[in-house]
Amino acid sequence: MGCIACAALVLDGAGVTLTRRESSSIPVEADSLCPDRFVGLGPTEIAALPVFYGRRKVELGDLFEVEGAGADNVIVSGDLKAVKKIGQGMSMGRLTVTGDVGPHLGAYMSGGEIVVQGDAGDWVGAHMSGGRIVVQGDAGHFVGAAYSGEPRGVRGGTIIVGGNAGREVGARMRRGLIVVLGDTGEFAGAGMLAGSVFVGGRLGGRPGAGMKRGTIVAFGEAPELLPTFRYACSYRPVFLRCYLQSLEASGLIASPGLPDGEFRRYVGDMNSGGRGEVLVRDQSQ
Amino acid sequence: MHINGVEIEDTFAEAFGMWGSRLIVTGDDLGWARTAAEAATGFATSIIGCGCEAGTNDLAPGELTPDGRPGVAALVFTTSRKNMEAQLLQRVGQAVMTSATSACYDGLAAEEKVKVGGKLRYFGDGFQRSKLLDGRRLWRVPVMDGEFVVEESFGVVQAVGGGNFFMMAASLTAALAAAQAAVAAMRAVPGAIMPFPGGVVRSGSKVSSRYKGQHVSSNTPYCPTLRGQEDSALREGENAVLEIVVDGLDEAAVAEAMRVGIAAACLPGVTRISAGNYGGSLGQFHFALRELVST
Repeated sequence: MGCIACAALVLDGAGVTLTRRESSSIPVEADSLCPDRFVGLGPTEIAALPVFYGRRKVELGDLFEVEGAGADNVIVSGDLKAVKKIGQGMSMGRLTVTGDVGPHLGAYMSGGEIVVQGDAGDWVGAHMSGGRIVVQGDAGHFVGAAYSGEPRGVRGGTIIVGGNAGREVGARMRRGLIVVLGDTGEFAGAGMLAGSVFVGGRLGGRPGAGMKRGTIVAFGEAPELLPTFRYACSYRPVFLRCYLQSLEASGLIASPGLPDGEFRRYVGDMNSGGRGEVLVRDQSQ
Repeated sequence: MHINGVEIEDTFAEAFGMWGSRLIVTGDDLGWARTAAEAATGFATSIIGCGCEAGTNDLAPGELTPDGRPGVAALVFTTSRKNMEAQLLQRVGQAVMTSATSACYDGLAAEEKVKVGGKLRYFGDGFQRSKLLDGRRLWRVPVMDGEFVVEESFGVVQAVGGGNFFMMAASLTAALAAAQAAVAAMRAVPGAIMPFPGGVVRSGSKVSSRYKGQHVSSNTPYCPTLRGQEDSALREGENAVLEIVVDGLDEAAVAEAMRVGIAAACLPGVTRISAGNYGGSLGQFHFALRELVST
């Protein structure tokens, strides 16, 4: 599959820029770093928003240099690997991270767009219900997954990972689309209820374990499937072309061409009703 | 007013409000897409006896189909939304779904919708699956060649039906040449179709009959064989008349189709171009011929 289209840094008309003052491995809980929280606020008020720095409650301005105003376009820079929950619950605007970012990025988001121009930690887009997240680099484990103990996860929206992702991508997702252009770890789509997970590279072993419905598509090397998945046929899925057409038209994925090929369809997980599917591109065609 | 020696009569076509829908039918190649679309729009010449008026059209320049495969547009026009739903259900179900490699999508951005795929899905006998993509729900119905993909709902808009013009000619040969040239030009107008066979009507009608219970009959004033037996609307030297009826998704589409059609029909052997109306008091849309060709 083609490479991720570059999400250009929107500088013209940039609203708010936040630059981390110094590097630190102390975790920061930055759920206030969200366009919705910035609406109507100037830089001083934004800087006064609360965050947790380790176990201490501090202000955003203590950790970030804040400039500008306006919630539609937020740019965050600096050492953010230990900064969690950026964009959590967001419903509007565009948030761009110019490097790597910590876990729980965009969790519970319902709208707007997040672009990460580096790698992201675990739990990207957990429980999202709308909007779009684009990670140009790698992502950690549990991309678009449900938190432990939650029966249902992602209910909508789109997550694109340009690099690799860890295990349990899309676990217990209910709706929406997750695309990983690189490889994934094991158990992608575990317990899926519906929705779609596309993997451009190597799909890790035992995908779809316990899936009830939903679609996992392996465009690369054939994965190791559980014995509770049964081969159905080799065919040309038209609906898949609709997805790829849409991704190319939106500029998210640059195409070398639509994969007008045959896919081997495996139905399962038979332990959970057998109405899910894993489509594996037939490399021999 | 004359174009290439052909008189453009100072008259107008009277057209009516209808409901219109536009389907995109795709297939593995253009041939299969056309097969499905033409089957779905067959037997749809006149609302009087066919339930709807329908025809196919090429996609607009640069328009992509939702699945990226070759496709054609199928336009359907009828009198009510309820009837549109019934017609689409029948035609998509019996003619598109049955056609090898086909898929069927909504080709109209409209707020009002009728449910088609959402009802056809039951053909999947419980094995149908849906996907929600960009706010559109697509149904995947298992069939013997793989899956039939059909959109849940199709948009409907208030459209225009019954635009028309007549070509009077010295001979049938001349009338046919004019009609074919007109239809070829009109086919390039997106959003408009000519529902009759080959786009042409040879048996135009009038809304009266000497027979009880029959409401329409042959347009006898325009029948050349009846000159002398019946009041004739034909002039000396006119020996054949053909008509083109056009339906469009909006008034502009009908007007443009008529404009290009009339211009193309002004060929040697054609004496004049006229149009049918009911005095102007029935139809909401009037297309004055001379105004059209002057634009």
